[in-house]
Amino acid sequence: MRPKVQGVSAASRGLSSCHVCNLVSRRKRLSVPAHCPRCGTELHFRKPQSVQRCWALLISGYILYIPANLLIMMETGSLISYRKDTIISGIVHLWKTGNMMIAVIVFVASVVIPLLKLISLTLLLVSVQRRSKWRPKQRTRLYRMIELVGRWSMLDVYVVTLLAALVQLGSMAVVKAGPAAVPFGAVVVLTMFASMQFDPRLIWDPLQDERYQD
Amino acid sequence: MRLAQKEPTPPTDAPGAPYQKGAIFEMADRPQQLIACHNCDLLQREIPLNPGCTASCRRCGAVLYRNATDSIVRTLAYTLAAVMLFLIANLFPILSIEMKGDRSAITLLGAVISLWDQQMKAVSVVVLITTIVIPAIQLVSMAYLLLPLKFWRMPVGHTLFMRTLQHVQPWSMVEVFLLGVLVSLVKLTQNFKVVPGVAMWSFGLLTLLIAAVASSFSARDVWERLDQIRQRRVRT
Repeated sequence: MRPKVQGVSAASRGLSSCHVCNLVSRRKRLSVPAHCPRCGTELHFRKPQSVQRCWALLISGYILYIPANLLIMMETGSLISYRKDTIISGIVHLWKTGNMMIAVIVFVASVVIPLLKLISLTLLLVSVQRRSKWRPKQRTRLYRMIELVGRWSMLDVYVVTLLAALVQLGSMAVVKAGPAAVPFGAVVVLTMFASMQFDPRLIWDPLQDERYQD
Repeated sequence: MRLAQKEPTPPTDAPGAPYQKGAIFEMADRPQQLIACHNCDLLQREIPLNPGCTASCRRCGAVLYRNATDSIVRTLAYTLAAVMLFLIANLFPILSIEMKGDRSAITLLGAVISLWDQQMKAVSVVVLITTIVIPAIQLVSMAYLLLPLKFWRMPVGHTLFMRTLQHVQPWSMVEVFLLGVLVSLVKLTQNFKVVPGVAMWSFGLLTLLIAAVASSFSARDVWERLDQIRQRRVRT
């Protein structure tokens, strides 16, 4: 369903809003870089090279997502047992040992959210590049959700940090951070940068047959 | 430079007022301004809001601005309280474990250093930045901006600090870290006797205070105050 298009975009009037102080101001000559009259920030109608930058970061995120899930995240050793856990096997172990609540929390934070973010950003980018008019409001809402929940994937990194630092009791018990911690952290950071680079205003431009580069 | 007065909009597609929750009351001393939604770029007229009300974009539903009551004073109070808790949270141990007489306790910085020593340098830097450096930058810039503004003084370099606050905001992850502490706590209780430290409680309170800072802070009020100070200077 295509919503009723009400009103006009600021860019169609030659106005751009400052991304720091939100002041709407007119750009006199479009070729010259303009600055916000109130705070001096450089003005853009849309985030520059938003789609290209977002793709670059997103693809790197996809690539690093593979080692993040295949490599060992945490090694736990004690007198009785020695375990090497990937993210998934760690969650399964938590579930089996009766910590179902924690298992669900960790599953959502370190499996569902990164995957959701990668897929949603791909969807948004493809739809923007195809100049789709499909459900702009829902797509904007999806973007807002990605921005909101993205940070929570850091959870596993913090857990590994705390456990690896705390459990250092010589031969009795040792926890070590595994090689997956680096790519996993990188996926979180890269997808956060990717969602910051994406400009949701591009979702709305095709509805009024507008196109802005900068 | 304000554009509201000289924007010639034909009546047919004049920018509409945003959807408002709650009724409107008159605020005659402010000129009507234009505002563009940062999510969909819809041009809209600013309307006065009742205290505590939110204006959201009529097309995409994004929050445009709020009328946060006493934003500057309240945010300043929360910030100063948060600074103190931040210091406590960083100086005291978060968790300690015991096993057959062996005892081990860590502070946040201790955990970061320990991870660095275990050849996890990249990860330890990320943890350091997101849990110590960025929250510190946030609290310091907040206090630096709001303290002079409360007394109607212009903070030097305010644009830089406002810009920093905005760029840094998504990377402050104290609440995620707190959840990480709780998950570690549950994991550890399986094998050890765990004693939560002072810092864990202060991290809990710090999370609440940072949320209070975020919800009472309104960048719009700060810019408005800065404009008012400038106007006063011109007049005198």
